[in-house]
Amino acid sequence: METPDTRSAQPWPIRLTHWANVVLLPIMAASGLQIWVAYPYMGPRGALMKPFPLQGWAPPEWARIGDWLAGARHWHFAFMWLFVLNGLVYVGYLFASGEWRRRLFLPRRDARGALAMAAYYLRLRREPPAPQFYNGLQRLGYTGALSLGALAVLTGAVMYKPVQLQALGWLVGGYEGARLLHSTSLFLLLVFTLGHVVLVAVHPRTVLAMVTGRGQT
Amino acid sequence: MRRTRPLSRRRLLLGAGAAGLAACDSSNPHAGFLGAMERFNLRVQSGLLRPGLLAPTEPEGSFTPEEAFPDYFISPTVPLPPPDWALEVGGMVARPRTFTVEDLTRMPRTDLRVRHHCVEGWSAVASWHGVQLRELASIVGADPRAPCLEFRSFDSGYWSTWDRESALHPQSILAYGMNGEPLLPGHGAPLRLYAAVKLGYKMVKYLTEVN
Ligand code: HEM
Repeated sequence: METPDTRSAQPWPIRLTHWANVVLLPIMAASGLQIWVAYPYMGPRGALMKPFPLQGWAPPEWARIGDWLAGARHWHFAFMWLFVLNGLVYVGYLFASGEWRRRLFLPRRDARGALAMAAYYLRLRREPPAPQFYNGLQRLGYTGALSLGALAVLTGAVMYKPVQLQALGWLVGGYEGARLLHSTSLFLLLVFTLGHVVLVAVHPRTVLAMVTGRGQT
Repeated sequence: MRRTRPLSRRRLLLGAGAAGLAACDSSNPHAGFLGAMERFNLRVQSGLLRPGLLAPTEPEGSFTPEEAFPDYFISPTVPLPPPDWALEVGGMVARPRTFTVEDLTRMPRTDLRVRHHCVEGWSAVASWHGVQLRELASIVGADPRAPCLEFRSFDSGYWSTWDRESALHPQSILAYGMNGEPLLPGHGAPLRLYAAVKLGYKMVKYLTEVN
């Protein structure tokens, strides 16, 4: 067998960036929704995107920050730097420490485990797969959330400076493509967060580990 | 010792939280943390601006139908120019003077068909015809040390200031035409600013004065 793992379940850089993100992501989302309210449509003027389900949708007042367009833009463009910095610290730490090996989703290693775990949660399977530090489904979820964060940042950069960063814009379908992907990343992050909070509530010991760093996940 | 630590840490967090909220006032975003980050963003923006990097010309098929291209103004009705309208150019220039639209049409013409980005989030495409600001700057002998330009309009006194680098960008023009026609009153007749590197609200319409 392997030598016993003496690492902290959740080392402090992971805890720090995780809880910072719990503050920063809602600020980014809520100020972003206030910006959306200024023009709540998808697609260029005169050629709105027909299949987009939220044309004209106004998010509820409580889900917005910044009072109005300019205020919200100030929040969004101020906190985006902290959000990016937090993400860079997290990714930098994952790779510098080697933690990425037990946290990131590697399809060949984790795909079967992720399916097995999903089947277990959906009651299609009686026994959970053999316990590991993170199971495949956890890895998939967390790597997915990280990728969505990166997508939100890149598409946001395209909208921030569409002319100066046009090379990046080309990758995501220009300004309008960036706007669609930016909103989509927010929606999927919301879906992730809801599932995530339910699952950690079902496994409260993971919360203790994410707070103190000690114990099993 | 051990027992007081969590408490002081909590108090520190609470204090930081309260200070953080006070530093983020949506009604006064030029102060506190929001203001400091605004100034940081200004530096990033001028660092990113490349005078030689042009916005791509949009394909013919991407034109926004005329009636779908918004025309914003702040006066209660469409502002109309005074009969003796002429553009006044002054400030830090060697040869202050006025220009009529005829004067401008005799100067080298620049056509732009680039994507228009609004601060609200929408975009649209039209073509615009006019004179590069840098052409105008050389005619009046603009002082290269002037850090910024001020544009004034007859739309209830609406005005805006620009950084010099954006104004001298090759795709920043004083436009007198749109989609092959003279500018319509809704779109800023007789003369408006048009630029690839600025958001719509910075492209002052109904121009009267440049300094
Ligand atoms: C109140 C809200 C939240 C709570 C209580 C919470 C709690 C936790 C806990 C307990 C873990 C460890 C789970 C495990 O051991 O499998 C965790 C991991 C994680 N959470 Fe959250 N979380 C919250 C919000 C969020 C949000 C909004 C995001 C981002 C969209 C997020 C992203 C992540 C990621 C990426 C990990 C994996 C970290 C790693 O292993 O490197 N969390 N969270």
